[in-house]
Amino acid sequence: MDLSTTYMGIELPNPIVVGASPMTDNIDTVKRLEEAGASMIVMPSLFEEQILQEQMQTHMAFETPAESYAEALSYMPAPEDFRTGPEAYLERVGQLKDAVGLPIIGSLNGHSTGGWLRYAKLIEEAGADGLELNVYDLPTDPAVSGADIEARTLAMVKEVCSSVDIPVAVKLSPFYSSLANFSQQLVGAGAKSLVIFNRFYQADIDVEELYAVPYAMLSDSSELLLRLRWIAILSAQVNASIAATGGIHTTMDMVKAIMSGASTTQIVSALLQLGPEYIRTLLSNLKQWLSEHEYESLNQMQGSMNLQKCPDPSAYERANYMQVLQSWKIK
Amino acid sequence: MSSNPVTYTLDANEAVASVAHRTNEVIAIYPITPSSPMGEFCDEWAARGKQNIWGGIPQITEMQSEGGAVGAVHGALQAGSLTTTFTASQGLLLMIPNMYKIAGELTSFCMHVAARSLATHALSIFGDHSDVMSCRMTGFAMLASGSVQEAHDMALIGQAATLEARVPFLHFFDGFRTSHEVAKINMLPDEVLKEMMDAELVAKHRERALTPDAPKLRGTAQNPDTFFQAREACNPFYDACPQIVQKTMDKFAKLTGREYNLVDYVGDPDAEKVIVLMGSAITCADQACERIAKLTGEKIGVLKIRLYRPFPTEAFLNAIPKSCKKIAVLDRTKEPGSTGEPLYQDIITAYAEALAEGKVDSIPQIVGGRYGLSSKEFTPAMVKGVYDNLSQDKPKNHFTIGINDDLSNTSLPYDPNFNIEGSDIVKAVFYGLGADGTVGANKNSIKIIGESTDNYAQGYFVYDSKKSGAMTVSHLRFGPRPIRSSYLITKADFVACHQFTFMEKIDVLDIAREGATFLLNAPYPTEEVWEHLPIEAQQVIIDKKLKVYTINADEVAQKTGMGSRINTVMQACFFALSGVLPREEAIDKIKGAIKKTYSKKGDEVVRRNFAAVDESLAHMHEMKVPEAVTASWKLPMMVSDDAPTFVKEVSALMMAGKGDQLPVSVFQADGTWPTGTCKYEKRNIAHEIPIWDDSVCIQCNKCALVCPHAAIRTKVYDESDLEGCPAGFTAMDYKAKDFKGMKFTIQVAPEDCTGCGVCVMACPAKNKAEPKLKAINMKNNREHSDVEKEKYNFFLDIPELDRTKVERIDAKGSQFFQPLFEYSGACAGCGETPYVKLMTQLFGDRQLIANATGCSSIYGGNLPTTPYCTNSEGRGPAWSNSLFEDNAEFGLGMRLSVTASTMMAQQYLKQLAPTVGDELVTAILNADQSDEAGIIEQRKRVAALKSKLAGNETFAAGQLLQLADYLVKKSVWILGGDGWAYDIGYGGLDHVLSMHHDINILVMDTEVYSNTGGQASKATPIGAAAKFQAAGKSSFKKDLGLMAMSYGHVYVASIAMGAKDNHTVQAFKEAESYNGPSIIIAYSHCIAHGYDLTYGLDQQKKAVEAGIWPLYRYDPRLVDLGKPPLQLDNKKTSGSVKEYMMNETRFRMVQKMDPERFDMLANMAQYNTTRRVSLYQHMAALTLPTNEGEMN
Repeated sequence: MDLSTTYMGIELPNPIVVGASPMTDNIDTVKRLEEAGASMIVMPSLFEEQILQEQMQTHMAFETPAESYAEALSYMPAPEDFRTGPEAYLERVGQLKDAVGLPIIGSLNGHSTGGWLRYAKLIEEAGADGLELNVYDLPTDPAVSGADIEARTLAMVKEVCSSVDIPVAVKLSPFYSSLANFSQQLVGAGAKSLVIFNRFYQADIDVEELYAVPYAMLSDSSELLLRLRWIAILSAQVNASIAATGGIHTTMDMVKAIMSGASTTQIVSALLQLGPEYIRTLLSNLKQWLSEHEYESLNQMQGSMNLQKCPDPSAYERANYMQVLQSWKIK
Repeated sequence: MSSNPVTYTLDANEAVASVAHRTNEVIAIYPITPSSPMGEFCDEWAARGKQNIWGGIPQITEMQSEGGAVGAVHGALQAGSLTTTFTASQGLLLMIPNMYKIAGELTSFCMHVAARSLATHALSIFGDHSDVMSCRMTGFAMLASGSVQEAHDMALIGQAATLEARVPFLHFFDGFRTSHEVAKINMLPDEVLKEMMDAELVAKHRERALTPDAPKLRGTAQNPDTFFQAREACNPFYDACPQIVQKTMDKFAKLTGREYNLVDYVGDPDAEKVIVLMGSAITCADQACERIAKLTGEKIGVLKIRLYRPFPTEAFLNAIPKSCKKIAVLDRTKEPGSTGEPLYQDIITAYAEALAEGKVDSIPQIVGGRYGLSSKEFTPAMVKGVYDNLSQDKPKNHFTIGINDDLSNTSLPYDPNFNIEGSDIVKAVFYGLGADGTVGANKNSIKIIGESTDNYAQGYFVYDSKKSGAMTVSHLRFGPRPIRSSYLITKADFVACHQFTFMEKIDVLDIAREGATFLLNAPYPTEEVWEHLPIEAQQVIIDKKLKVYTINADEVAQKTGMGSRINTVMQACFFALSGVLPREEAIDKIKGAIKKTYSKKGDEVVRRNFAAVDESLAHMHEMKVPEAVTASWKLPMMVSDDAPTFVKEVSALMMAGKGDQLPVSVFQADGTWPTGTCKYEKRNIAHEIPIWDDSVCIQCNKCALVCPHAAIRTKVYDESDLEGCPAGFTAMDYKAKDFKGMKFTIQVAPEDCTGCGVCVMACPAKNKAEPKLKAINMKNNREHSDVEKEKYNFFLDIPELDRTKVERIDAKGSQFFQPLFEYSGACAGCGETPYVKLMTQLFGDRQLIANATGCSSIYGGNLPTTPYCTNSEGRGPAWSNSLFEDNAEFGLGMRLSVTASTMMAQQYLKQLAPTVGDELVTAILNADQSDEAGIIEQRKRVAALKSKLAGNETFAAGQLLQLADYLVKKSVWILGGDGWAYDIGYGGLDHVLSMHHDINILVMDTEVYSNTGGQASKATPIGAAAKFQAAGKSSFKKDLGLMAMSYGHVYVASIAMGAKDNHTVQAFKEAESYNGPSIIIAYSHCIAHGYDLTYGLDQQKKAVEAGIWPLYRYDPRLVDLGKPPLQLDNKKTSGSVKEYMMNETRFRMVQKMDPERFDMLANMAQYNTTRRVSLYQHMAALTLPTNEGEMN
C-alpha cells in the first residue's frame, strides 16, 4: 500500500510525523522512532522568551551579589563555555541529523521582532530540513487589536520565509476571527504548510491554596473534532499542505485527519504513553484499513472528506450546538 | 624580548597566578582571603585547558585545609613535580610545620602569599606582614613585592631562583593593597618564562624525586648523635642564595628591561636620613621621598628590601649611602615584647656585626616603627612624619605612624593634609552599592583606559563590612606616567555618587577637590535635585565650586531592562565627563568591554547593556548651581541620642567611615567589645518593607520566625500596655486559647529590614477577596518608614511575655521569646541567621557560643556593630570566635570550663550548707532545669543564695558568690558552616562528638564556602558548580549526620526551616536537652546558590520533598525506651531531585555548560537520594538493644 505523502514540499513515505515533544531529548528514542517508521520529526519549540529570561536571570544571579564584599567578590565560577543562548538547541538539530535519516523540523516561538528572524536563520544553519513557526502568544493587552496581531504575524512570516531557504510551516491556534482568511494570507506570505492546531497549557485554580496552577494534560481523541472541521475547511481553500496535530491517537484518528485534508498527522501523546514502537502498529493498521476499504493509496483518500469534496459539507459549516444535536437525531 | 611588551590591566592575584600556573605542574589550594582568587584563576584556567610552559595542564586540587594543601604540596614536590600553592594569614600558619620540612629537605618550591593580618585581639582580613613574619624561622627565602608589576615579576624570579638555590621561596605581596589593586602592567610572555625556568635545573629537580626506579629515603628520624650536624649541612645553600637571587634578577632584567636588586636604594646619593621598608609601602615612600626632597632640599632616601630572607646583609650595607646618619626602619607587623620588630632587628644586627667586623666605621642612629597594620593607610604624609621624626635630635624609637596612640604615646605626629599627588594624574572616586555593579564597571573602565590609551591606570576598591546593602567606594587613577600612589585618594578630581540615598546619610563630597566634577544619580529631574540635597552637600558644592551633573540612572536602567544595575549607565557618563577618550570612542570601548564580559552570558545581556549605554548620555544634564544654600536639613546623626556613650563616641565614628580618627585609648586592650550595638546603626536600606494587615493575619508567627534580621517581630501583651500607643498602631485580639484576652501585634523594624521579602513568602494567610495579598505585604519604605518607626519604638517598649507562660514552644510559641541576635550584617534573605536567631530566642539568656570563622563569625562579630544582644535583665549570648579550624575544640573548652565552674560552685555550696541552709542547698543541687520554669526557679534560688552570702567574708563564700551563676544551667553552642564542619574543622568536630560532654553543635550548611566566595566543600552536592568544581561536582555530598550517628551516643538532627518549622524548633529543644553531644545540620539557602533568596524557604521545601535533604532526628535516648533512635520526619518523597536542581543557578550552569553531563549528574543525585532515603527508612525501623539488655 502506498502511504506516501508530501508535506512542506518534502516527500514522505508515510504521514506519521512525530510532533514537537521532549522525545527528541534522547537520541536513542529518536532512533527508535525512526526504526518504528516515523517519517519526520519536529523538534520542541525554541522559546526566545525563555532564552532571554534565562540569560537575564543567570546574569542577575552572577552579578547582583558580586563585588559587594571584600572576601567574596563573586560567588560562582566563571567558565568560558557557559551557554545560556540557543546553542544547545542548535547542536541538538545537528545531533539528530547525524543520528537519523529523517527530515528534522526545527520549531520556533519568537518573542522580539529581531528574534524570530535571528533564530530562524540559526536553525536553518544548524541543518534543519524545515521550520515550524509556533506563532501563538496569549494576547492579554486590551490595547492590542486582533488586526494588529495578525498584521504583526504576517509581517514576521513574510520576513522569515524570504530569509530562509528551508520550507516554513506555521502552527496555528483556532483563536482567530477568520481563520480561513488569515491562513490564506499566511500562505501568501510564504508559508508552505499549516499545522492545525496548537495545544496550550491551561491554568487551573487550586481553591484551597488560592493559586492559579499551570496545567498540562496529554491529548485524547476527543480533541480531534475541532481539528477535523478546520482542516476540512482550510484544505479545500488554502494552497498549503496541512499537518493535523492534537488528538491523533488511533489509526481511525489518522484516517479521519487525512480524509479531512491533512497531509501528515503529528503524534505525540500516544507515543509518550505507548512508546515509539506504537508507530509500527499505527502504520500496519493504516495499511490494513486502506486495503480493507479498497483504497489504492493514501493519496486517494487525502482530502476526500474536505469541505469541497464531502457529500454534505453543512456539518462543517454549522456551529450551533442545537443544530448539530438535531442533525444527529435525524440520523 | 623587552622591545614589544604586552600590557594588561589586572590585579596582583591574577598577575601572580598567571606566572604560577604557567610554571607549575601541581597546585594544591584552599580558599582564604585575600589569596583565594589566585587558586580560583588557576582552577578556571585548568578547566579551560590552559597549559603551562611545558604544554601540560597543571593539576589543581582543593584540599580540606591549608595544612592539607601544603601536605599535598610536600608530597608532589617529593615526587618530583614543580608545585605551588597560595595562601595568607592563618592559612600560612597552618602550613608552617610542613614549611620546615620542605626547607629542611632543600626543596625547590615557590609559594605565593597575599600577606594578611593574623587574628589576635580580633580577626582582620586585611593586609600586613604579620603572617609572613611568622615564617622567618622556617628556612624559606622570602621575597617581597610592592606593586602589581613587581608581584608578577617576583613570582617568576622566586620560581626561577628556587630551582638553583634549592632553598624554597615564600613570595609575598600586600593583601588587598596589592593583591586586589587593578593596574596596567607589562605581561611576561611564555618565552621569558621558558628562558627563566632553566631546563637543566628543572631536570635536576625531577632527578631529586623519590621514585621506586631509583629508590632513596627522606624523612628519617635522627638522634642526638647526628641531627645537629646534619641540620648545619644546609648552610652553604643559604649563603649562596642571595647571590643566586641577584643573578636571577639580572637575567630577568636582560630579558624584560625591568631591573631589580636584593635591596634597591632610591633618593639622594648623599642622603643623611633613610627609611628602610618593604612591601607596597615602598612605592608610596619612593614617591613621597622624591617630592619631599624637592620641596625641602633635604638629603633623604628610601631603601627597599626585596629579598628579606636570607637577609642580604652585604647588599644592604653596600646600598645604603655612606653619608647616612639616621635610619627609620618601618615594619608592617607587631611583635609584642620584642626589642623591636623583625626588620628593625635585622638592620640593627646587620650594622652591629658590620661594626664589629670593621666593615663600617659607625652605626647610624636607627629607630624602628610600625605602620599599616590591617591595611591601615600609609600615605606620603606619614612618610614625611617619619622623616620629620628623624630630624629630631632624639628621634622617637619603637614608634607608630598613622594612628593616634594616646595610651603609650608611640605615635608620631604628621600633617594629614600633606599631599603630593600631581595634577597630571586624574583621580576619580565612585560611591556605589554592591548590587548596582559600580565596582565591576569601574574595573572595566580601568581596563579600557589601561588598554586603549597610553595612560597608566590604577583601581582600588573599598568594600563594606556588611553583606547586605553594602556600600562600595572605588578609587581610580589614570595619567601619563606610572602610578606609584599605593594609598587611597584624598582629593578627587571627579566624584560620582551612584545612589542618591548616600547623599542623605554621609558626606560624599568631602573627598572632592576644589573645582572637581560631581556626577550624581538622582531620582529627580536635574532642576529639582538641588532642593533634595542636605545643607552640607549644598555648602560644599558652592564652596568648592563643583561642576555638578545629574542623571536618573535608575530610570534609564529600568527602561532598558537592566533593573537596578545602573553600572553601564554611570560608566558612560564618567567617560563622557572625564574626557579620557573621545565620546564615541569611549562608547565603543565600553561596548567592547560589555561584549567581552557578558557575551558568554548571552546576547540579551549584551543588548540591554548596549541600550543602557546608548540611552545614558541623553539623560545626563549639568545642574545650575544656585549661589546660596537653600536646604533646611542637615545630615542625620549616625546614632540616636539615647545610645550609650561608647556607641556615640566610638561605634558612630566607625559607622561614619571615620574610625581612623579613633585613638588607642578608646579600645579595650583584650579586644572585648560591647554586645547589642547593631540596634543603634539604623541603616534603612530596604526599598520595600512588610506592612501588616491584621484583618488577614492568622497569628502563626511564621514571618517572625523566618526573618533573617529579627526585623519583624510579634508580641502578646496585656491591653493595658497599649496605653499611649502612637496613631495607627495595630493590635488585634489574640485568637488561641493560651493567651485568650490578650492583645497581639506584628511589627516591622523599618530601618533594620533589608527588604528581602522572605517573611511575605512564608506568610500562609491570604486575603480572601484578593489572594495575591497576604497578612503582610511589601510596601514602599519611604512612604511607610516614619510611621512604622514610631510604631516599632512603641512596640519595643511593650514588656516581653513571661517565658514560663509559653506552654507550647514550637514555631509559633518560640517567637514570643525575645531574639537576642538582631539586625546583623548578613545578606538580605540569609538562610543561616533565622536558625541563629531562633537559637538565641530559646537559649540565649544562658548561652555561650563558640563560632567558627566564616559568614556566621562575620555577621556575628564584624565591626562596627554587634548583633548579639541582651534581654531586659542584661542576659544574653556570650560569643567568641577562635579560628576556622578549631571551633569544636574551642567550644568544648568552654563546656569543660563551665562544668568545672559548676562543680566548684556545687562543692562550695555543699561546704556552706550550714550557713546557707540545707533546704536551699538541696533545692539548688537537685533542681530540675529541664524547662523554662525550672531555669527561672533556679535563678531565683541562686539570687536567694547570693543574698544569704552577701556580707559573708569567708573564702568559701567569696568563691561561691563568684561562681553561683554557674549553678543555673548553661547552654554551650558550637556554630559554624560546612567549610568548618565538613572540611577544615572535621577532625576536631569528630573528636568532640566522640566524647560525652554536653555540647550542642549547629552546622549551617550552605553546601559551599560562602564567606570566601563560593568554593566547593565536601558538603557541596553532586551536580553543583562551585569554585574549584567549575564543571559541577561529581562526588556525593558527605553524609555528616550518618557519620555522627555511627557513634550511637550523639543526638543528630537534619532540619530545614522552610520545609517544617515545628520540626526545626523541636530539634533545637531536643538537642539542647540531651545531656551529651548534639549536632544539628541545618539547610541554609545562600546567595552562592544563585537564585533570588526570597524563594529560599520554598527551595528548602523542594529539597526536602525530593528527599535530597531528609529531615530526621536521631535521639540516643529513644534506645532505652525501646524505640528506634532514628526518626525520619519526612517519610514520603515527592518531586524529583532534578526539578529541585533546576531552580538554582549552581546546578543550572552545569546544564548550560554540558547538558549531558548535567543529566548524568542529576541521575546520580537522584540515585544517591533514593539510596540514602532507603537507608534511613531501614534505620528508622530498627530498634537497638539497650545497654541494660546487653548487660543481662
